[in-house]
Amino acid sequence: MSLLAVRALRVRYPGLTALDGLDLDIARSETLALVGESGSGKSQAALAVMGLLPADAAVSGSVRFDGTELVGAPRRALDRVRGARIGMVFQEPMTALDPLFTVGHQIGLPLRAHRGLGRRQAAARARDLLGLVGLRDAAGRLGAYPHELSGGERQRVMIAMALACEPDLLVADEPTTALDVTVQAQLLDLLAGLKERLGLAMLFITHDLRLARRISQRTAVLRAGRLVEAGPTDRLFAAPRAAETRDLLAAEPAGRKSPPPAGAPTVLEARGVGVAYPGRRGLLRAGPPRVAVAGIDVTLRAGETLGVVGESGSGKSSLGRALLRLEPAAHGLVRVEDRDLTRLDRRQLRPLRRGFQPVFQDPTGSLSPRLTAGEIVAEGLRVHAPSLGAAERDARAAEAFAEVRLDPAWRHRYPHAFSGGQRQRIAIARAMILRPRLVILDEPTSALDRTVQRDIVALLRELQAAHGLAYLFISHDLAVVRALADAVLVLRGGRAVERGPTADVLERPREAYTRALVAAAGLGPA
Amino acid sequence: MSARDLDDGASLALRVRRRLLGDRLAGASLAVLLGVALACLVGPLLTGHPYDRIYYDYPRTPPSLALYPRPGTVEPALARLAFRMRVRAEDVAVGPDAVRLTLAADGPVDARVLTYFARSDLFGAARVLARSGDGTRLTVEAPLRRTRFLAGTDGLGRDLLTRTLAGGRVSLALGLMATAVALGIGVAYGAAAGYLGGRADAVMMRLVDILYALPFVFFVIMLVVFFGRSVGLIFLAVGAVEWLDMARIVRAEAMAIRRQDYVRAAEALGLTTAAILRRHVVPNTLGPVVAFAALLVPRVILLESFLSFLGLGVQEPMTSWGVLIADGARSIETSPWMLLVPACALVATLMALTLLGEGLADALDPRGPR
Repeated sequence: MSLLAVRALRVRYPGLTALDGLDLDIARSETLALVGESGSGKSQAALAVMGLLPADAAVSGSVRFDGTELVGAPRRALDRVRGARIGMVFQEPMTALDPLFTVGHQIGLPLRAHRGLGRRQAAARARDLLGLVGLRDAAGRLGAYPHELSGGERQRVMIAMALACEPDLLVADEPTTALDVTVQAQLLDLLAGLKERLGLAMLFITHDLRLARRISQRTAVLRAGRLVEAGPTDRLFAAPRAAETRDLLAAEPAGRKSPPPAGAPTVLEARGVGVAYPGRRGLLRAGPPRVAVAGIDVTLRAGETLGVVGESGSGKSSLGRALLRLEPAAHGLVRVEDRDLTRLDRRQLRPLRRGFQPVFQDPTGSLSPRLTAGEIVAEGLRVHAPSLGAAERDARAAEAFAEVRLDPAWRHRYPHAFSGGQRQRIAIARAMILRPRLVILDEPTSALDRTVQRDIVALLRELQAAHGLAYLFISHDLAVVRALADAVLVLRGGRAVERGPTADVLERPREAYTRALVAAAGLGPA
Repeated sequence: MSARDLDDGASLALRVRRRLLGDRLAGASLAVLLGVALACLVGPLLTGHPYDRIYYDYPRTPPSLALYPRPGTVEPALARLAFRMRVRAEDVAVGPDAVRLTLAADGPVDARVLTYFARSDLFGAARVLARSGDGTRLTVEAPLRRTRFLAGTDGLGRDLLTRTLAGGRVSLALGLMATAVALGIGVAYGAAAGYLGGRADAVMMRLVDILYALPFVFFVIMLVVFFGRSVGLIFLAVGAVEWLDMARIVRAEAMAIRRQDYVRAAEALGLTTAAILRRHVVPNTLGPVVAFAALLVPRVILLESFLSFLGLGVQEPMTSWGVLIADGARSIETSPWMLLVPACALVATLMALTLLGEGLADALDPRGPR
């Protein structure tokens, strides 16, 4: 008999069906990966199993855990199961831990609630658990607050908490998505090891097919709230039956960048660019400055793309802001199209800004919710073509919409009415309407699903070819960088570790750090 | 994408109006508010009583639809009147519209005593119908002066409805104007401080802290000492104090907005600081600002009553809701309507304002329901 049996599970909200008839089985000590794009209902399934859905969700169907029905069970009955026999790990380690309590206290809570342990016994057990999840200096970390830990460490604490009462089933909802690839790889090893040692069954929810392939015995594919295919992982990846699964598998960014034409003019030349934030000011003197980026040289020709890769905190985004002259703490020489920007103040810089434009990562945060998409796209014209009337601006916005393959009739809608990929197209249109020579793309595809990423990558290629754009492409995602970049710059701690043509760096990395990055990314053949 | 997202081509004002009217609660609130404002504006002209007219014969009259003087009260009133005229009232006949009686005295009756009738709140000017030969008996007729006090009268016998409506003029004007001042200064100041950050923010917010530390009553007394007492001054004083909270709220919002990518994108486009504040920062603080502004109006109205209580605000015979409520609270045992009538007007206004504020915040948010 399976440990967890989900039958015809249906989750409905007013005006929306999130899950439509899901059937799943997880045997003891088996790992099932539930994969799908955002909005496919993966997380809804996890929340339904845990009885954590919001009050306006209507749930029907059945979730039986070890013979006990969980759907519609009273809260007391649920509380005997969750936290004790089912543990859960959430996606966001920043917010899943309470910032006001120490790590030891939080791990001890389920033990005190379910096992009736005293404070001291709970602390002792918490120390053992932190050792189990491989946190260095477990005893010392018991008294640490969540903000004192790194993202990976926090996620280990979450896992320790989930495992505190020796559950039979672990529900992990995108447990590694918010983490760097190298940390991600370590955590996957940890989860796989724990599963072996403790005989855990696991429901592993992810949008990343490579992770599913690495960790699971069986995989279930969701799309728009429906189960499209389920089966042994090896078989599913080798011979997908459903068209949706094939589509997901084919969504890995493919192709290579063809080199820019010889003799293309230099667009960006930067020498010794650095960013150093002033140290914490004491009573009498300032502390040492915090160096985010140090001594980076970048040269970009028209039509060329430089990929900048590195983990979080490596200074990628700071470098991008420094080149955009948006970072007051930056120093170094920046020339765009033979104009030295170094000594220009804000006012002098303003007319030159149309030559270099950014596109940011978060497609929600980069569009003001109070302006229509058309107003957002046309905003740059107010600065750089003030003679244009409202009607002309609107006409230009419509052209820009068409250029990024959005229906121009949609320009009167507000950003919330667009999907993530469409919002990113609006952000690109906002940059493109000024006809820049250089576009600095800061993780433009990272918040998007793979299938949407593929389309954005195609769009970026097309625009580059049409206008001879130079791209500085900042990303932690080596697969996308490989598909788009001529050359790669690897950053670590604000310094350049390695640089060279894309094929050389990603296929024959010289430095150990680059090798670790490439190995953790698990790049498939392209 | 559902049909409600298709606000195609609608300007902001048009969209807000459409959504606000679509929201039944907000629409009703707006109607109540406009009704109250209109009543305060023209009402005192229609009630038939000046707001400062004192009816000595009707102090603390409870609210009723009945016409005064009541039937049984005319004779005793005539007796009192006759006593003051030093005459006897005889052959009293109370008709529907007039009284007829004979004034008798031991000596001749001087017709000038008839002015007592006109001075009374019950009767109009009396006229002589007949005079006896020796002048000791005067038969007179005086019309009854019929009045209504729908909401009763206060301790001095002034019509409460008229006073409530007249007081509403002061309270509403003060509430809206002081809120507008606080809104204008607070939003601009807070948005600038929060967006600029760093040293500018530190200096600007220390100034706010200093103003916070200034005792409000002391501040008002200083103003009154230097500029004399006027309602305009109260507007100024209240507005000058209430923008501080608004500035803090907006600053906190602006600090969060400053870190948003859309602001960074606007900087990269080369927008000036003023344009970024106007187009990106301020519009995105609107939600909490509208909610706070709706709460600010009642606070200002009550603050004014406090000032008036101290003798620094509105002065008799002019009045305001705050003053009326303070008066009513003092005589709650003998005449509870004196508290209830102005309090009902205030509560209705405040509820309408709060609901309208919520509706407005929803209507301004493009993500909100239609």
